[in-house]
Amino acid sequence: MAMKIALAGNPNCGKTTLFNDLTGSTQYVGNWPGVTVEKKEGRLIGHKDVIIQDLPGIYSLSPYTLEEVVSRNYLVNEKPDVILNIVDATNIERNLYLTTQLVEIGIPVVLTFNMMDLVKKKGDQIDTKKLGQELGCETIEISALHSENTRKAAEIAVQYAEKKKKDLPHVFTGSVEHALAHIEESIEDLVPKEQLRWYAVKLFERDQKATENLQLSEDLLKHIDSHIKDCEAEMDDDAESIITNQRYTYIQKLVSDSVKKAGVKDEMTTSDKIDRIVTNRFLALPIFALIMWGVYYVSVTTIGSQLTDWTNDVFFGTWITNAASAGLKAVGVSAPVISLLVDGVINGVGTVLGFVPQMIILFLCLSILEDSGYMARVAFIMDRIFRKFGLSGKSFIPMLIGTGCGVPAIMASRTIENEKDRRMTILLSTFMPCGAKMEIVAMMTMVCFPGSIFVAPGMYFLGLGIVVLSGIALKKTKYFSGDPAPFVMELPAYHVPTVKGVLIHVWERTKAFMIKAGTIIFSMCIVIWLLMHFGPSGFLAEDIDHSFLRYIGEGLAWIFKPLGFGTWQGAVASVSAEVAKEQATATLGILAHAASDSSADVATAINHLFGGSKLVGMSFLLFNIFDAPCMVAIATAFREQGSKKWGWITFGYQMLMGYCLSLCVFQIGSLVSGSFTVGTVVAIALMVIAAYFICRPNPYKKTAVGRFNEA
Amino acid sequence: MRTLRDVQIGETSTVVKIHGSGALKRRIMDMGITKGTEISVRKVAPLGDPIEVTVRGYELSIRKDDADILEMA
Repeated sequence: MAMKIALAGNPNCGKTTLFNDLTGSTQYVGNWPGVTVEKKEGRLIGHKDVIIQDLPGIYSLSPYTLEEVVSRNYLVNEKPDVILNIVDATNIERNLYLTTQLVEIGIPVVLTFNMMDLVKKKGDQIDTKKLGQELGCETIEISALHSENTRKAAEIAVQYAEKKKKDLPHVFTGSVEHALAHIEESIEDLVPKEQLRWYAVKLFERDQKATENLQLSEDLLKHIDSHIKDCEAEMDDDAESIITNQRYTYIQKLVSDSVKKAGVKDEMTTSDKIDRIVTNRFLALPIFALIMWGVYYVSVTTIGSQLTDWTNDVFFGTWITNAASAGLKAVGVSAPVISLLVDGVINGVGTVLGFVPQMIILFLCLSILEDSGYMARVAFIMDRIFRKFGLSGKSFIPMLIGTGCGVPAIMASRTIENEKDRRMTILLSTFMPCGAKMEIVAMMTMVCFPGSIFVAPGMYFLGLGIVVLSGIALKKTKYFSGDPAPFVMELPAYHVPTVKGVLIHVWERTKAFMIKAGTIIFSMCIVIWLLMHFGPSGFLAEDIDHSFLRYIGEGLAWIFKPLGFGTWQGAVASVSAEVAKEQATATLGILAHAASDSSADVATAINHLFGGSKLVGMSFLLFNIFDAPCMVAIATAFREQGSKKWGWITFGYQMLMGYCLSLCVFQIGSLVSGSFTVGTVVAIALMVIAAYFICRPNPYKKTAVGRFNEA
Repeated sequence: MRTLRDVQIGETSTVVKIHGSGALKRRIMDMGITKGTEISVRKVAPLGDPIEVTVRGYELSIRKDDADILEMA
């Protein structure tokens, strides 16, 4: 049977660097089931039978954050053979706090002191052997960054897994230890011997998530509770805080016995010096704007989009397409099959792969920002604005990227730790009009408001408005409310990111995108191609007017009646916009039998199709800009939300938003020209409902002060 | 009651009591802010919130609203 080593440690302790070093290219990256937390696994280089499970970076094993719950469920239920606990030696007290919890689970722990080189450079001395003895762990000093002793750490873990565990450290004292001993006594027969202390502490903390599967009897729970209450009364604090306090008191004593500081110098570290400028009251915002502009410029306007255009238009659009057509023709493949393979499959998959170069550039920028420590400062700088809309300060980046392309925008949300913030960001970031949507804007401007310079900026402001108002309204719903996530965030010391770390990061994310988007898009492309090229009379080649798509369009047209463009052409154009947004107006041009491909002719034809109505044009524009994004983005959102349910919530909300907005504009617009119908009533009702959801007091609101008053 | 919000930039103060309960309190304590811990306030974010503090030798940012549960000396 394969041996399992679990890597555990605080965020920013060098865990990822160590993981990369130990597993090389054998990594498997996915999500923990049903949640947006990333799960990474790999095999120890040179040992095929040793699996290394990377746990999320955590500070504690409390029941309050998803990362912590995922980690402790894994440790308690899956029982890995050994835990490699990485400790940032430059920040030893807070790191050892997690250690005191890990040792209680009953799995052998190897204390791996990372960044010892920095400690020594500072002149501090840490007696790691002594710390290991006290905590009942094997120890090793490593430098993950320089690959020093990393392989040895893994070997020690493998050896130590087979030995028996050492004694538990004496963390708790006085009446707390007394109460814990009582609890242990009463549950002795109910839990595995090595997990006794873990369950005793969790019961004492009244941690229901950890203890519900024990199914203790009412009487026993009452008995245990009386012990807890006695202890709480004596210590004048709640049980959870008593435990945390004693852990830190224990560590403080431990550290003062085994760590010798070189003397308290009030010297500024490099990190402090950088922060003096970067988060300076006056300079922070300009520097932030400059960095964001740089990221946007490189990944969206210049290199990234040039590469994507080249991949789409030249590489796939010309080279591959021509080569494939010629090759298939040469071997005598029939025209419909060539069309399916080239127009359907190659073009469709090409569209997905076309995003890849842009993704790589963007992820490169983001990885550097993350690994260097700047991303935490972004949250620090922008938090004040974004938390008002139920978003994180880090949501700024996905929103910004979203004006270029929604797909990398959704992927960029991975940098947000808090699950609710991340879900909300994925849901809202594609409301910012992307580059492809701007093609619809340009065409519809020509159709409805020729020469106007206000439509395009207006769409950006509208997008921003939808994000802000949606945020405010959604924050008050069941899905996004609850306790506001505490914003208590470490600002890690800056460091220069490693090339290897950044590249692995980029590769993981790009691969994840390609696999998911690739498979969904592949099948969708074939379906759409079939519907477009076949009709009741068989294969049609280019005659969309008699295809199945037309009949589907007719079947769907009623949906768009209240929006003013309830024709089969309007419906088909909107469906094709889901394949790729820029298709909307091109399709419309074809269906309206434009005299040529030139934008003037297309505009005339569309204008004719909409009966010359600016209002219908506007409604068509709004629906296609603010409904769900293209299917590549939808597929990405499904993947990143981590569950089907959340994928559908995202898709449903976006569709509803586009539809209602378009309906309101069309119906109210019609009212101005004197037409009062049922639609008008619906539009007014919708606006009232929207206003209610935005303005109502939050039924779930709980502030820090509120929680304080309750207590 | 004087809370962490009221501590001036550059000032160092000691935690007297941590009010409240649940996720926020646990999170704050998990990060190493316990009774008797020294906290020094480093700076305020450019938009006025959150604040940056040093605790147990590392930098932490915390919203003023959340900082209100910390009663300081």
